[in-house]
Amino acid sequence: MGRKLLLKDINVPGIKSFEVYRKMGGYASVEKALKTMTPDSVMEEVKKSGLRGRGGAGFPTGMKWSFLDRKSDKPRYLICNADESEPGTFKDRFLMEYLPHALIEGMIVSSFALGANTSYIYMRGEFRWIFPILEKAIEEARAAGFLGNNMLGTDYSLELYVHSGGGAYICGEETAQIESLEGKRGNPRNKPPFPAVVGLYGCPTVVNNVESIATVPHILNMGGDEYAKIGIGKSTGTKLISASGHINKPGVYEIELGLPVEEFIYSDEYCGGIWKGRKMKACVPGGSSVPILPTELMLKTAKGEPRLMSYESLSDGGFATGSMLGSGGFIVFDETACIVRNTWTYARFYHHESCGQCSPCREGTGWMEKVLHRIETGHGKMSDIDLLVDVAKKIEGNTICPLGDAAAWPVAAAVRHFREEFEYHVRYPEKVKDPKHFEKEPFVSEKKAVAA
Amino acid sequence: MTDRIQLGTMEQPQFSPAAMALVQKIIKRYPEGRHKSALLPILHIAQAEFGGWLSPSTMDYVASILNIKPIEVYEVASFYTMYNMRPVGKCVLEVCRTGPCALRGSDDIIEYLENKLGIKEGETTADGMFTLKAVECLASCGSAPMMQVGNHYIENLSVEKMDEVLDQLKTRHNVPNPDYGSPYPVSPENNG
Ligand SMILES: Cc1cc2nc3c(=O)[nH]c(=O)nc-3n(C[C@H](O)[C@H](O)[C@H](O)COP(=O)(O)O)c2cc1C
Ligand code: SF4
Ligand code: FES
Repeated sequence: MGRKLLLKDINVPGIKSFEVYRKMGGYASVEKALKTMTPDSVMEEVKKSGLRGRGGAGFPTGMKWSFLDRKSDKPRYLICNADESEPGTFKDRFLMEYLPHALIEGMIVSSFALGANTSYIYMRGEFRWIFPILEKAIEEARAAGFLGNNMLGTDYSLELYVHSGGGAYICGEETAQIESLEGKRGNPRNKPPFPAVVGLYGCPTVVNNVESIATVPHILNMGGDEYAKIGIGKSTGTKLISASGHINKPGVYEIELGLPVEEFIYSDEYCGGIWKGRKMKACVPGGSSVPILPTELMLKTAKGEPRLMSYESLSDGGFATGSMLGSGGFIVFDETACIVRNTWTYARFYHHESCGQCSPCREGTGWMEKVLHRIETGHGKMSDIDLLVDVAKKIEGNTICPLGDAAAWPVAAAVRHFREEFEYHVRYPEKVKDPKHFEKEPFVSEKKAVAA
Repeated sequence: MTDRIQLGTMEQPQFSPAAMALVQKIIKRYPEGRHKSALLPILHIAQAEFGGWLSPSTMDYVASILNIKPIEVYEVASFYTMYNMRPVGKCVLEVCRTGPCALRGSDDIIEYLENKLGIKEGETTADGMFTLKAVECLASCGSAPMMQVGNHYIENLSVEKMDEVLDQLKTRHNVPNPDYGSPYPVSPENNG
C-alpha cells in the first residue's frame, strides 16, 4: 500500500460533514498557521515541501507564491482553479464532491499565506450539484469560526466564494479564468504582466489547482521537510491519478510519486489490468494534452529502465520517446483502439475549445480536425500525414496561450509513434469504412510482424 | 419550431422574489464596482428560471439588473457552451463525446439516441420533449460513457440501459416547469 494523504479518510462515514472531518483532525493546519505561524513561514514550508502544481504545468507552488507582488497596496487574491476540463481528468471533482472540507481548509491556509482576504473557487459550471456541497462546507466552516472576520480570535479575516464557469475548456488557463471571473469571455491575456502582479481586477493574484491547494494542510501538519521525503527526487508527495479507458478499474487513485507505471496499470490496487483480457496498445499518461506513448515506451524508457509515475521519469526521453505527468489524466488504450480515430476526437475537442484569438490555433486546430477526419474515414492521402505534422509544428510556440501547444503535441506524437497506422488508413480505405474497424480485427504492425 | 429565435415577441421576464434575492446575494460576493463578475452565475439562474435557454429578452433583463450594455451579455453568453441560445426541449441530453468516453462507446450511445428519438445531434424532438447535444469531456471519464441531464450526471451508460433511462427522464421532465438545473438553486435555504 502506498502512502495516502489526500484520500486517507475517504471511506470514513460522514467525512463530508464538518463535524466528522474535524474529528478526524481536519482544520488543525488552520489553527497551527493562524495561531503559531506567519504568512511567510507558511510559504517557507510549502517551498521546502517541493510541492509542484497539480493542474498540469507542475510549477513549484512555493515559488509561485513568492512571486506574488506584496509591495502593492492593492488587495491580493487567491483563485482556486476548479475548472477541471482537461479530457481524462476527474480527480478534482472527486475531491470536491467527497471531501469538500479538504479544499476549504486548504483555501484558508493558502489565502493566509498569500495575505488574501477574499478568495474564489472557480468551478466549471457543469458540476452543478457540487456547488451546494461546497457552499454548505463554507457555511459550516464559518459557523465554527474558521472563516469570516477575526478568525480564531486573530486579526486575519477571509471570505470565500464559489464562482461558476459557463462551459469552456479555455477557462482552465489561468488568465482566461481571470477574464471569465470578471464576467467576460474567456480570452487568455498576453503575458507579461503575470497574474502575480496584474491579475484579478488588476490586483496581484495566484491561481492554483484544487489538488495543489488541498495538499497544503498536509504539508503544514507534517512539515515541509517531512513531506519532501515522500515520493521520489523532485517529484515529492502523493498525486491523484484519474484512470480511464480500457482498464478493469477506472477511477481516482492516490499514488506515491515514483510508483512504477507497470504496477499502476496491472496491480489490483489500482487499474487492475486491461479489460476483457485484452492487450494494451498505448497510453496517454497526463491528460489529453500530453503525448501518447506505445506500450513499450510507456512501461520502459528508451534506456530500458522501468518507467515511473513521476514528473521526471514520464518525461524521460523528451518528446521523442517520453511524455508528461501533466494533470495525471491516465488514459489506457487496448489493442482494438484506433489511434487515428482517437487523435481525431481530440483535434475536434481543441478546435471546439479554441478561443479564436490567434490564427495558428483557430485555423490550425480546425485544419487538423478536418485532415484527421479525412484519414480516419478512408478519404486521406499519404501527403496528409506530413501535412498534419507540418500544421502541428506551425501552431506550436506561436500562440498566446498553451492551448495551441496542447492541440499540436498529441497529433505530432500520434504520427511519431503510430505512423504505420495512419498509412494503413490511407492504403486500405475499404477496411476503415466501419468506424469500429479495429474492434473486429486489431491493427497489426507489418514491421513488427516481420521482426518477430 | 425549435431553431428560430422570436425577437420581440417574448414577454419581459421577471425573477421571482426568491430568485431575485439569490441574485442580489451573489452580486455582493464581488467587490464594489465589480458586479459584472456576477454575470455568469446570474445567466445560469436566468436560464433555469426562464425555460432552459437565454432569449434576447432574458439577456436584456440580465443586462438591466447588472446595469451593463446588452451586448456585454450577448457576447459572453454566446462564448460559453452551457448557455442555450435557442429554445430547448423539456429535457436536455448532453452526451460526452470526447476521447475517454469514445473509447468506451459514446458513439454508440449518440447513435442510439439519434435513432430512437428520430433527431440529429443538436436537434429537439417534434413534441418538444428531448434535445440531444454532444458535448466535450465532463470530467467523468472514469464512469464512461456518460451524459449530463440538468443537475445530474448519468454514468456508466450502455445502449441496453438507454430505454429505461429515457423513460425515467420523461417521467421526471414531462411537467409544466421542468428542472433545467443550475449551480445556484433557487430554494429557501439559499435565500438568506
Ligand atoms: C488550455 C488550458 C487548460 C487548463 N485547464 C486547467 C484546469 O482545468 N485545471 C487546472 O488546475 N489547471 C488548468 N490549466 C493550468 C492553469 O493555467 C494553471 O497553470 C494552474 O491552474 C496552476 O495551478 P497549479 O500551479 O496549482 O497547478 C490549464 C492550462 C491551459 C493552457
Ligand atoms: S492559443 Fe488558442 S486558445 Fe490560446 S489564446 Fe490563442 S486562440 Fe485562444
Ligand atoms: S471524456 Fe467523457 S467525461 Fe471525460
